[in-house]
This record gives sequence, C-alpha cells and structure tokens, in this order.
Amino acid sequence: MMTATFGTHLTADAASGDIPVTIKVDNLDFFYGTFQGLKQINLDVFDKKVTAFIGPSGCGKSTLLRTLNRMYDLYPGQRAEGSIVYKGKNILDHDVDVNVLRAKIGMVFQKPTPFPMSIYENIAFGVRLYENLSKGEMDERVEWALNKAALWGEVKDKLNKSGLSLSGGQQQRLCIARGVAVKPDVLLLDEPTSALDPISTVKIEELIHELKEDYTIAIVTHNMQQAARCSDFTAYMYLGELVEFGETDKIFLNPVKKETQDYITGRFG
Amino acid sequence: MPEHSSKQYELDLEAIRSRVLQMGGLVEKQFFDAMNCFRSLNATEAERIISTDIEVNQMEVALDDTCTHLIVKRQPAANDLRTVMATIKVITDLERIGDEATKIARAAHAIHQRGLVPIAHEEIVRVMAASVGKQLHDALDAFARLDQKQATRLIVADEEIDHEYRAVVRTAITFMMEDPRTISSALDTIWVAKAIERIGDHAKNIAEYVVYIVEGKDIRHTDYAISQQGNGDAA
Repeated sequence: MMTATFGTHLTADAASGDIPVTIKVDNLDFFYGTFQGLKQINLDVFDKKVTAFIGPSGCGKSTLLRTLNRMYDLYPGQRAEGSIVYKGKNILDHDVDVNVLRAKIGMVFQKPTPFPMSIYENIAFGVRLYENLSKGEMDERVEWALNKAALWGEVKDKLNKSGLSLSGGQQQRLCIARGVAVKPDVLLLDEPTSALDPISTVKIEELIHELKEDYTIAIVTHNMQQAARCSDFTAYMYLGELVEFGETDKIFLNPVKKETQDYITGRFG
Repeated sequence: MPEHSSKQYELDLEAIRSRVLQMGGLVEKQFFDAMNCFRSLNATEAERIISTDIEVNQMEVALDDTCTHLIVKRQPAANDLRTVMATIKVITDLERIGDEATKIARAAHAIHQRGLVPIAHEEIVRVMAASVGKQLHDALDAFARLDQKQATRLIVADEEIDHEYRAVVRTAITFMMEDPRTISSALDTIWVAKAIERIGDHAKNIAEYVVYIVEGKDIRHTDYAISQQGNGDAA
C-alpha cells in the first residue's frame, strides 16, 4: 500500500509496475520567491498514459505541470529544486536547452492561444524552428498534425484563414495540433477545456483518448468527472503536497486517503 | 466525516439512507407478522400481510428512482457512489424479503383453508425463524451504523441458518414418512422454511453491501468473512 510520506516514491501501485516511466519527479520543491508552491513531490508520469492532476485552486497542480517543461523559467524569482528526470537527464539542470525540451514536452493552455496568423502558419511556425522541411513535407506535416487533432476535416478548405476565425473549441484543437506538429513525447494540458462548451469538451476528451496511443499526457483539470473519464492515473494535490497518487479508478471508487475522499466527494472546506 | 459543501446533497443522501431503513423496518415487521400468522393461521391477517407487499414494492420503485436522480444530479464518487450503488442493491434484497414474507403468509392461508393441521408446523421452524429475524434486524442495524464488523459476523452466522434449514427438512421428511396425511402440511412447512432461509440469505447480502460501502471491497462469492472472522478471534 502506498503512502504519501516524504522521501518515498509514489509509484501508483503494483499494477503500474510494468509500465515504463517517462518522467520521474523526485523530491521536487518549487518556490515563487519565498513562497513554497510545491513540497517534496515524488511522482512517476507513465509512458503513453494520461495522468491527471486534481485539487483545489492554489494546490500546486498547475505549478507542477509548468515545472515539467520549465515553463516557469519565463518568470524571474521562480525556481525549482530536486530532480525531474526525462530521458535519463535532470531537466532542472542549467545546461538543458529549454527550447528543445519544450518541443519534446509540449504544452496547451487553458485559453486557446492561436497565433494571429493563418491556420496553416499556426502549425508550420513551430515546426520551422526545429526542422528544415520542403514545402511538400511541410504541407504533409500540417495535414498530419491537424488530423491528429481531429481538426483537418473542418479546416482543410480554409487553411489560409486566420486561426482566430475558428470557434473556441476549434482554436483549442488548433493549439493541440500545433503542439503535436513538432512531434513531442509528452503533452501537458493545463485545463484544456475549461473555456469550452460541452460539445467541444467531448471532442477534446476524445482527442486525448486517441493521442495517448502515441503520447504521454499530463492534464490539469478542475472537472473531476473529466479526470475520471480521461485519465489512467490521478494525483490529488493539496497545499503544495501530493496527497495521493494512484490508478484513476481506484482514486474515484476507493481512495486510500480520507483527504482525497473528502475532496472528490465534495466534502471540502 | 465533514459535511458536503452542498447542503442539499447531504440532505439527499441522508433522505435515501433513512428511507432504506424505513423500508427495512417495514419488511422486518412483515416477516414478523407473517411468522405470527403462520402460528395463528389467521386468514384475514394473512391477506393483510399479502397486501402490505404492494407498499414495499412501491418503496423499492421510488427509492430506485431517487437514486437514479441523485446519480444524474451529483455524479457521486468514492464512498458516496458506493453508498448509492449498495442502496440500489439493498432495496432489491428488501423487496425480495417482502416477497418471501408474502409466501409465508400464503402458506398460512393454505394450511388454514385445509382446516386439518396434523403436525406442529410452526414449532418446526420456530428456532430458525428467530435466528433469521435476528439476522435481518442486525443486518439493517449494521447498514444504519455502517458497522462492517457486525456485518462480517452476520455473514459467517448465515451458515448456521443453512444448517437449521436442513434440520427442518429432515424433520418434515420424518413426519411424511410416518404418516402420509401430514404430507400437505409438511410440504407447506418446508416451503415456509425455504422462505425463511432465503430471507437469511438476503440479510447476508445486505451485510455484504455494508462491507462494500465501508471498505470498498466486493466480498460476494469470496471467503472474506470467514477469513476476517479468523483474524478477529486471533486478535
């Protein structure tokens, strides 16, 4: 039986024993200036599985997601200590090229953030930063990425239209396509559907289901039903600590910790 | 346990629990009355018990509906979900207990109509009926208090009732072999014993759902209770 005591590694449980680990978080502390946002996080993100982070606002779930591709680097005064091992390398080390890292560990944000350019360019822009493709190869890549994001059918006749002309749900799928286009290993989704209507939400959730065939996915969500529907593993966080981590079905049917149970059943605060 | 952030949710869950117990009280009385009726062979009383069953059936339907509404409105999780799922099953068992009590009342009615009672029909099943009455009461009590230890004890004790049932059947067979005129009444008594034994099984099912609610373990068709009992004795 796992426990969330400090210094021990939360490996979900025995059932996850055979699944390769893509990202291994060890004794991770995170600071916003003097405020400690994450405390001694130990967690495995499993290969080609969906890991959901749930918890009340301010619990550190988005912070944890943002450390996984060093998105926090963009802000002065924020720092992480401990280790996040990805492909045998601690990505918190200073010699890590964060641009390459972020191409491998892509991120999609809460609000759709298409670039103010054409749908085609939204995808191609990122690819050009890392690869030198011919026009034909780029066309292929754009189509492939839009297909992956289940958007191709809706936009194939208007690739030169602005990305901003799409609906909210389409814009979010465009952002996912943009993330997928650079062929990452991991996709980090920070509340990807919280600004979307139910139909777009279902489409994104379907997409998550399909994308996990090829990618490892970590998702932060406030919608617990979404975590229950989409994820294989769930981590419950509170006040910067990882309270419980385990298989999603187990967390939602019979969590080990009382705090987890209180939160997911709505007995909070 | 802290209360839900939503007061209404808390009230809804509480209302479901109290209605299950109300239904439990009703079938418990139905069984008690049916046994009394089987002793007195009062035909009017038998008809009254049979008609009570309609009330039990309606409660089952209404509670099922309430649970469905709670699921669609609240999407319960963890212990709340287990409570709702177990409730849906518990009320099925309660409704069947009502059916069995009705069967006992019908047997009383049948023996009454035949007029002649050549055997001490009620005495044969009295011990067994008392054990099952207690099992049912304790099962409902374990459900009310979410007492999985008591539930575990009940599950083990069900063996005893099965044993008593076999003894009743042997006694009835002895009567029938000695005097063929007892066959009708002896058969009715066996049907009653079977109904009592089934009520014991339903009480056991309820006890199993209590363990499911509390521990999240589905222990049906396992030897969980016996192994737990072993641990309890050792402790």
